[in-house]
Formats: sequence, structure tokens, C-alpha cells
Amino acid sequence: MDIFTQQLINGLVLGSIYALVALGYTMVYGILELINFAHGEVTMIGAMVALSVIGVLLGASPDLPGLMVVIAGLLVAIPACMALAFGIEKIAYRPLRKAPRLAPLITAIGVSIILQNVAMLVWGRQYVSFPAILPRGQHEILGAHITDLQIAIVVLSLLSMAGLWLLVEKTRLGRAMRATAQSKEVAELMGVNVDRVISYTFIIGAAIAAIAGVMVSAYYGLAHYYMGFMLGLKAFSAAVLGGIGNIAGAMLGGLLLGVIEALGAGYIGDLTGGFLGSHYQDVFAFLVLILVLVFRPSGLLGERVASRA
Amino acid sequence: MQATRFSISALIVAMTLALSACGEKTAEGPEVIRIGSVAPLTGPQTHIGKDNENGARLAVDEINAQGLELGGKKVKLELLGEDDQAEPKTATIVAQKLVDAGAVAVIGHLNSGTTIPASKIYHDAGIPQISPSATAVAYTAQGYKTAYRVMANDAQQGKALGQYAVGKMGAKKIAIIDDRTAYGQGLADEFEKAAKAAGGEVVAREFTNDKATDFTAILTSIKGKNPDLVFFGGMDPQGGPMAQQLKRLGLSARLLGGDGLQNVNFLKLAGADAEGVVASSPGLPIDSMPGGPDFRKRFEAKYGVIQVYAPYAYDAVYALVDAMKRANSAEPAKVLAELPKVEIQGVTGPVKFDAKGDTVGGAVTVYEAKGGAWQVLETVK
Amino acid sequence: MRERPRLALALLAVLLAALPFLIGTGLGNSWVRVLDFVLLYVLLALGLNIVVGYAGLLDLGYIAFYALGAYLYAWLASPHFGLHLPFWMVLPLGAALAGVFGVLLGAPTLRLRGDYLAIVTLGFGEIIRIFMNNLNAPFNLTNGPQGMNLIDPVSIGGVSLGKSLEVAGITLPSTYLYYYLFLAATLLVIVVAMRLQHSRVGRAWAALREDEIAAAAMGINTRNVKLLAFAMGATFGGLAGGLFAAFQGFISPESFTLWESILVLCMIVLGGMGNIPGVILGAVLLTVIPEALRYIGDLQRATLGQVVVDPADLRMLLFGVALVAMMLFRPAGLLPSRQRKREFSAQDGVAEQEQASLYDTKA
Repeated sequence: MDIFTQQLINGLVLGSIYALVALGYTMVYGILELINFAHGEVTMIGAMVALSVIGVLLGASPDLPGLMVVIAGLLVAIPACMALAFGIEKIAYRPLRKAPRLAPLITAIGVSIILQNVAMLVWGRQYVSFPAILPRGQHEILGAHITDLQIAIVVLSLLSMAGLWLLVEKTRLGRAMRATAQSKEVAELMGVNVDRVISYTFIIGAAIAAIAGVMVSAYYGLAHYYMGFMLGLKAFSAAVLGGIGNIAGAMLGGLLLGVIEALGAGYIGDLTGGFLGSHYQDVFAFLVLILVLVFRPSGLLGERVASRA
Repeated sequence: MQATRFSISALIVAMTLALSACGEKTAEGPEVIRIGSVAPLTGPQTHIGKDNENGARLAVDEINAQGLELGGKKVKLELLGEDDQAEPKTATIVAQKLVDAGAVAVIGHLNSGTTIPASKIYHDAGIPQISPSATAVAYTAQGYKTAYRVMANDAQQGKALGQYAVGKMGAKKIAIIDDRTAYGQGLADEFEKAAKAAGGEVVAREFTNDKATDFTAILTSIKGKNPDLVFFGGMDPQGGPMAQQLKRLGLSARLLGGDGLQNVNFLKLAGADAEGVVASSPGLPIDSMPGGPDFRKRFEAKYGVIQVYAPYAYDAVYALVDAMKRANSAEPAKVLAELPKVEIQGVTGPVKFDAKGDTVGGAVTVYEAKGGAWQVLETVK
Repeated sequence: MRERPRLALALLAVLLAALPFLIGTGLGNSWVRVLDFVLLYVLLALGLNIVVGYAGLLDLGYIAFYALGAYLYAWLASPHFGLHLPFWMVLPLGAALAGVFGVLLGAPTLRLRGDYLAIVTLGFGEIIRIFMNNLNAPFNLTNGPQGMNLIDPVSIGGVSLGKSLEVAGITLPSTYLYYYLFLAATLLVIVVAMRLQHSRVGRAWAALREDEIAAAAMGINTRNVKLLAFAMGATFGGLAGGLFAAFQGFISPESFTLWESILVLCMIVLGGMGNIPGVILGAVLLTVIPEALRYIGDLQRATLGQVVVDPADLRMLLFGVALVAMMLFRPAGLLPSRQRKREFSAQDGVAEQEQASLYDTKA
């Protein structure tokens, strides 16, 4: 039982990270129907910028409290990622808004390659380690271990989602976003500045990505210019699983994917009598994804959009 | 369409001309001997790849500084560094490119997955290939007289580690994790065989991949089986977080790894949780070798901290040049005939090849992470 | 009017036949090897073009079929199982196996649209790769991450293409011989693709791509037509995979990553989806550019006298820049199909319609 609880905790923490990154994908997709491939790289840049700031602060005075240093790093990383996402949208996506749908997908892949290589030039080819400055408190729940950092990750991602939900549902900007998502033309006619709304969408997604990036690197103790790719892929899968374009869906999809992966890796070997082991963890995750989509083609919480004729 | 293709070829022709034009300028001095060095210089393994190239470059620069004479003529070595992106297809293209460029030998590649397909091209071209770091048994088992390596292969290292784990560390219940790369899986399989043969019990066999950072699920599952040792066949980017998560989950088992963990980066990535981790590296400890500490100093002054395999690339160049000196020529056929006779004192230990092209003896040194540094435990033959 | 294209065709034929010699003597054998890979990617791009370009189904796991073709070739013609069947048996089998898997993938995804389909196909591609990477136990089917080695080269009439061949005093290296084999396969696939495009099925695909509901209303069996697209695309992928295995002599799961699927997709979108010359151009460019960019080190030395920036650092960066720049300048691809060109020029005109298919301009 304690093993099961532990696996559940493992999955929830991993899932919270997926969910945070998935929020960015889902917001952009909801409005532009664009898979923003470069979003994973924005997460990576967030982690790298924060690590640089942390490095400088620790270099200047090593006695600063760890939590404060990390928060300072985060406070620099968030605007940096926001500016980056604003630039990406303006340069690589906006000119293609009327182009065929796959064109911006290709530029997104191109931007993703560019960001990776720029990060390699700036931060080097090596894995950068995250200094162990955060408090390492540990708790036991039902025989399972959970650290302060893990709790913080889950709480932060819940808060981010709640904040985002409030923003979309309760503010003027949110209403403009929803209108734009439904129809850019009509929104424009109603006086919504569509370009600005889209920029805001990217910027808000990037801010969340920066938080996710810092948390990922703090949690796993490292950052690397290539780290965004797999993370982005998993997060995108999570967004699709939950129903892309839907904020609660991204959260649900992320958490589910994390738990599926953890339980899959943990139990698949025992379930199949050792025939399939934890090397089929991703197969398991993808199979669940495929099954869900086969029975609910728009994801778990996705709206059943009638095919437009 | 043709127009585009023409203009591309025209561009390429122009580039080649420019290239050959500057090649001629250097031809006035001593005869230039080209040696290829191939490793991934883009993608996730870039840092290790660049390290290999730097190791080879340091050796080439030193040899040039000392002056090399073959057949009564002064010659100058030129290292052609190429990027194979750790991708088999690209590996064969750059291999062909080096052959075309007139490389007389190649130091590389880094991964087994690229070394093996490329070895066919070097074999067909009849030029020697010395890999500093490919450890898959299959590489030298193809029957190619051109394939050599300066590092103990998976079978040699895995066997030494398996015996050490059971015999010296007293491990009874062992869990094994590998990263499903040719390197990690090969090493883990050989380790498993040796550990079982030595009387150890393998209680869990788990897997991850070379891009993963989260191992909590498999470690939790391993925890349920209560092993006293966890062996990881893989590299430091995975090993570092794995060591941390092992501690965080409250496992008491010790972590053991191969040369992929025995490096500075692992210590950095694992932080305080590196303490007590045991890892091996083929060859003798560099700092105990004659010229070893000196090598480290020279390397670090030029390129920064040694990542993993730079010393092996360095030794590979010296082994090659030893064969050239014996042949008194840089002609590939003559060098190939002399390679089996090579015997040098490298910074990773004595370098000598057996009939297949593997290193003879293949000593493996076991280290323990203590106080943020690797301390030699012992050298296993 | 008839004479002109014939003359052009004849010139093209001469050019294609002489190409390895031109490139081999001008640039060296490694560029002939690049040329061989160009043809393999042209094959892949043409296959994926059927699925994405013709039928409008976004497939991100296409490389799985390439892998299946390659592994089947390795199983039937290597020391792994001790089988050494001739290529003319193995290649069609590999293509057929891939085709069957194409249907297997297509069947459960019939109801999915656009990006949901993309993520499912992506998952399918990864699943195949993961199985290839892990099936060395309990039964050694694929030799796992170590890959399968010493795969037989193609041998025609007792002449192995894996060695250089001497004909009338001229030595033809192995890369030249494979060039002609790949060229033949490519021409075959081009002809099939062209015939398909203008056939009943091709028109059904176009209808499906433009509007699935309208297509169904017109009496097109959308299920069968979709499955056929998947199967045809997969068959070409399987053929290319078999050729790749024979050419390389070694295959391992590293050759069949998601990145390869993305790359092939980039080729067809960049070149011009649905248009065969465009697709070929895309494949040629995206295979040649990364190789040509290897020379930036030499270029710096020639122009600036020294290497200022490490070429390895710049190569992929420039590749990314090229990808973005080309899309910004030619969003419909470098050589868009006639139909898309029309849609583009009709951007603000009467012909514009709101359509949800990924092939089209977004209204």
C-alpha cells in the first residue's frame, strides 16, 4: 500500500509539471488552433535564465536564503519568457495567420530548433546543475515520502490553473480571449483587438512556462538546452488527452498522464508477468491516450465541435 | 527544380574550390596528414562529443609541436572534426566525407550506434578507425581489420563490475536499471550475467531512457523489492537525478554505475546525494599514471574540465601515431599492418590491441564519490 | 507543343543518369552518398504526401513504416535469423507489411481529425520505435538498442551493390550503384503517385481533404478512402525502409525517431504539399542544406582567414533560421500545387470559403 501511495504521489507531481506546461499549449491552441511547438523551449529558456540569475546572486553573496534566490530567479525568468513569447508570435506566427495551417507548425519547429541552438551557444552544451539551496524538508504520508518541493509544485500548479481560469472566465481580457477563440472575425467586429488578445495569450502562457521551467530544474536538479523537447511533447499529449483548448482539460490531462506513467512504470512488469517491463512505460501512456481519443475523439473534456461544412 | 539543384551544386562547387585553394596554401610547408575525429557536436550529447574532439585535438597539437617525421620527411597532423549528430545515417555520410577528404585514419565515433555503421565505410576504404568510447561488443566482432578501440568493451567492464558488486561490495539482492541505449543496455546485460554468475540475485530489472529525468516510478517499484544495490547502465544526466531521487524516496541501496557516471558532471548533478555512489572507468586512474596529472592540467587549461572520454581520444591518437612511426609512413595499409603491434603507455593505462581490435588486459578501476570527488577504491583486472 | 516536354524529359533523363558522376567528380563520393539519402527522403516524402498532401490527414508517426520496412529486410536478409532471401522478395514483403500496419493504424483513428490525429499517429510511431528498441527479450527479435548488423546488400543478378563494380574500365562505387536503384524506385513511386492523384481515388482524397462531410454526402466511402491513403503512404515508407536497411547494412532504433517524422513532414510542407515537384524539392533541400552547412567552417576560413564561430554551433541554428525564413516567404510552400496557388490569389475574392481542413487557408 505504501508503494502504491508513493507511486500516486510520484505521478501527481510529474503530472502537475505536465499540466503547467500543457496550459500554455492549450491556451494557444484554443485561440489559434496552432500547435506551438516552441513552447517546450520557452520552458527551457525560463529554467536557464533563472539558473543564471541564481548563479549570479549566489556568486555575489552565498549566504542569501535559498528560497529568496530562487524566487528572484523566477521573477527575472517570467518577464524574459514573456518577452520571448511576444517576439516569437510577432515574428514567426503573426505573418502566417492567414497561411495554410501547417505553415505556422513548420515555423514553430524552426523556432524550436533556433531556441535550442541559441541556448546551446549561450549556456553551453553541458547539463547545468541546480544548486541545492532550497529547503529539503520531507514528510511521510501513509508510508510514502513527499518533499516540500513536491508539495510546492502541486500547489503552484493548482494555483496557476485557478488563476488562469479566473482570468479567462471573469475578466474583460478573458472574455475577449473566449470571443477570439470562437471567431476572430466576429470578435474583431465587436471591437476586440484580436492581435493584442493573441499576444496576451502567448505572454500569459510563457509566464506559466517560466514557472514550470524553474520548478522542473529545481525538482530534478538540472537544466539542459535540450530539456524542452520531451517535456513539451508530453505536455502536448496531456493537453490533447484532456481536450485541447480547455483549461481544466489540460490540468486533468496532465495529472492523468503523470499518474498513468507512474503506475504504468511501476506495475506493468508485475501485471504482464515480466513480459513487458518499465521500458514500455511510454507505450502504456500512448495506448491510454489513443484509447481515450478513439472513444472520445475530442479528449476527455473537449467540446464536441460539430464539423463545420 | 533542376535550376535549384544546379545552383546548389554551383554553390557547393564554389565552396569546394575555395576550400581546396586554402588547402594548397598549407601544402608548401610540411606534408599534411589528415586524421578524422567524429562525435556528436549537436544534440543532447554535444558536451561529451566536444570532449572527445578536444582530447584528440590536444594530442594532435602536442605531436605537431614536438614534430613528427615519417619516411624522412617532416609531417604535420591535421584533425578534421566532424559532427555525426549521434545518428547512424549522418555517421555514414561524414565517414564517407572523411574518406573523400583523404583522411588516413579516424578517431571515433562516440556511440556504438554510429561507430558500427561507419566502420563498414572505413573498412571498405581500408583506413584504420580507433574508437575512444564505443563499447558494444558487436563493433569489433564484425571481422573488420580496420576496427579498433582503446576502451574496455561492455563485456569486459560489465564482468568486472558484476564481480566487484557481489564479491567486494557484498551485494546479495541487486536491482538493475538501464537506459535502453546500446551502451546502457549492453553494459547492464553483461553486468547481470556476471553478477548472477558470482552468486548475486537480481530482484528487479527496470528501464528508463536517455532523455528521462524522472525515475521515481521505477525507483519506488524497486524499493518494494528491497535490494541492497542498484546498478545503473547509463550516463550522468540520468544518473545525477537518479541518485537524488533514490535518497529522496528513502532507499538504502547503494548506486553503482559504469564510466557513464564516473565523471565530474555526475558529481555536480547529484550534489550531496553523490556521496557513496560507486562507479567504474576502464583503464587505470589518470592521476596515478605517469604524465596523467600533467595531461589533466594541460587539457583543463585549454578546454576546461574533462567530461568523460577525452583521455581515451587522446590515447587513441597516440596509439595511431605509434603505428605510423612503426610503419614509418602514414599510408593506411602500412599503418594497419602495424596497429596490432602498438604498445604505448597512455594516460588511461597501457594501450595494446588483441586480434579483434579490443584492448588487451582491459583493467577497470572502481571509484567512490567521497566529499565531492572520485576516490579510487581499487583497480580490477 | 508535344515536342518541348519530350525534349526536356530527355534532358532530365540524361542529367539524372549522369548526376552521380557529376557530383562524384566535382564534390566527392560523400556527396553521392548524400544524393542517395536525398532519394530515400524523396521516397519518404512522396509517401507521406499521399497521406498529408492528398488526403489531408496529418501524420506525425510516418517514420514507423520506414522502420517496419527496414526491420523486415533485416529479419529476412541478415545473419540474425540466418535468412538470406533475395531483395526482390524482401522489398515487396516489407512494403506490404508496412501497408498492413498502415491500415491497422488507420482503422482506430478514422473518427479523429486534425491535431488529434497528429498526436495519435505520433504515439503510434513512438510505440513502434519503443518495441523495436526493447524486443531483444524475452525473445530476441530486433536485437534491441544494439541494432541489427551485417544486413545483406542488394544483389542483382549476382552483382552485389555493396561493393564497387568495374564496367568497361570505369569503377562504379557502391554509392553510385545504389543511386541507380534508388532512382528507379523513386521514378516508380513518382509515376504511381501521379497516376493516383488523377485517378478516381485521387479525386476522392481531394474531396475528403477539402470537406469530409460533403465528400461523404457525395457518396464517397470515407472509411475506405482514408484507409487506402494510410496504406498507400505506408507502403512507400516500407519500401524506402527496406532500401535503407540494405544500403546501410546496419539499422538501430536511433534511425527511426520522432525527429525523422517531423523532418519528412517539414519537407512536404516546405516544398509544397500535394504537388509532386514541390515535395521533391522540399526533400532535396532539407537533406542537402544541413550537409552543405558543414562547410561554413571552411567558408569562414576562406573568407575571414580563420574559424570565428564553431561550425557545429551554427549548423543547426542556421537550419532553423532557414526553416522559418522559407515559410515566412512562401507560406504555401516553395512550389505550391496549382489549386493552392489559386486559393491563395483568391484570398480576398469570392472564391474564399471557410474551411476547417488543415490543407487550406484559415479564414
